[in-house]
Amino acid sequence: MRLVTGIIKPFKLEDVKTALESFGVHGMTVSEVQGFGRQRGHTEVYRGAEYTVAFVPKVRIEVLVDDADAADVVDVIAKSAQTGSIGDGKVWSTAVDEVVRVRTGERGVEAL
Amino acid sequence: MPDVDSGNTAFVLLCTALVLLMTPGLALFYAGMVRAKSSLAMLMQNFVCLAVVSVAWLALGYTLAFGEDAGAGLIGDLRFAGFASVDEGVPGLDLSIPPVLFATFQMLFAVLTVALLSGAIAERVRFGAFVAFAALWTVLVYAPLAHWVFAPSGWLAALGVLDFAGGLVVEVNAGAAALALALVAGRRLGWPGEAMPPHNLPLTMLGAGLLWFGWFGFNAGSALAANGLAAQALVNTHFAAVGGLIAWIGIERLRTGSATSLGAVSGGVAGLVAITPACGFLDTGPSLLLGLLAGGASFFAVQFKHRLGYDDSLDVVGVHFVGGVVGTLFLGLFASTAVNTVVASEGLLLGGGLTQLGRQTVGVLAATAFSFGVSYLLARGVDRVLPLRVTPDQERAGLDQVLHAEQAYDLGSVRTMGRL
Repeated sequence: MRLVTGIIKPFKLEDVKTALESFGVHGMTVSEVQGFGRQRGHTEVYRGAEYTVAFVPKVRIEVLVDDADAADVVDVIAKSAQTGSIGDGKVWSTAVDEVVRVRTGERGVEAL
Repeated sequence: MPDVDSGNTAFVLLCTALVLLMTPGLALFYAGMVRAKSSLAMLMQNFVCLAVVSVAWLALGYTLAFGEDAGAGLIGDLRFAGFASVDEGVPGLDLSIPPVLFATFQMLFAVLTVALLSGAIAERVRFGAFVAFAALWTVLVYAPLAHWVFAPSGWLAALGVLDFAGGLVVEVNAGAAALALALVAGRRLGWPGEAMPPHNLPLTMLGAGLLWFGWFGFNAGSALAANGLAAQALVNTHFAAVGGLIAWIGIERLRTGSATSLGAVSGGVAGLVAITPACGFLDTGPSLLLGLLAGGASFFAVQFKHRLGYDDSLDVVGVHFVGGVVGTLFLGLFASTAVNTVVASEGLLLGGGLTQLGRQTVGVLAATAFSFGVSYLLARGVDRVLPLRVTPDQERAGLDQVLHAEQAYDLGSVRTMGRL
């Protein structure tokens, strides 16, 4: 089992969600996060004083998948989140040792 | 008890309510500009003025400002302490409204003026110390200056200095005292290196809207009668705000590329500040011009603090002191006898020579020196007994939780789970 995590532009969330559902993913978790990469921050101006805002709002999307689907799910997120401009985000997957479905107590791939 | 005119009384009753609303308006205007963690403390420092300054005004402020002159036009006597004998009227004023209404209308000017000070010392001052300062400042600074300018027997009024609704008493006074307070309280931790942007500009916009609305009562009500002068004052007030708004966002669009919402309301308030002394002595055209000048002047003035290194956090000096000075001196150029027969010497640009400009300059210098000097000593004195600053740890944590045991925003269910 693997955990696929994507950091994407907030306005691309709807596209990514639709693409993942079309692929057949059953569930996902999203959260609002802030950070920066090569894009760096942006500048805001208050009464003439300029501030550099280092952390830019992003959405983190997390999907638990079977090993066989991991590469495809990464591709689905990367493709549907892409605008081609700087700040599009990143997608990665990591190994997961154990998963439990809380309602039934099922473990492993059956809990996905 | 003077003869009471029912129309005038109804008008000033309504204007009193409008002026009351300015203090909650100012509270929102300021609270939106500070960081979320100290936004309730900002609101509280304003709301508490409604209570503390009102009591100080009832006890001593009103009588020191509007009592019979106790000598040399410097201070009133104690005949109206506790609003005793208030129905006798105001020495030298021919009122057509109940004197107790006049006393209350004036009280809410004092409340707003003290509330203005809180913007200069945002996010770092202890509540109790601020309350003590507010009460003492009302009696020791506001009331004497109100006597000098607003009481007919005051020495600046007798000199012929014009101030229709408080350019000196409210705006220059608040700005000069704010500078003194900011110097005594010191800079916020991390200022100016650390970014401290406004946390909720919609609150600030709402507050500015309430201020603009209330300012109609503040300025037009200062005619103390429902007449043509009140109407002219209201129109002038509006056009000065319009001028300030246009000037500020126009300049910042050219200089930084964006017309900002904070700039729009800052400019509007700068225009309102500048028209305060002038609204009952000008034609409509000069009022729009004054607003444009004040918006431009304040835009550049708010940069001073970065060069000079004092943390006037919400620009009370840059907006209120500078706007008040611009408006007060502008009367030396455009004060018109046709608008108000009180004007004995017309402005320079209306052919009246330098006389009025000289008087206005004396008014600005006297109000600034008195307000800054006494406020500085008072702040130092209060600080010795009740330290103004919270501890560095408290300041980093935010005043809301530390001083008031509350948070402004509780938007999730996790934070207080398991509390009981």
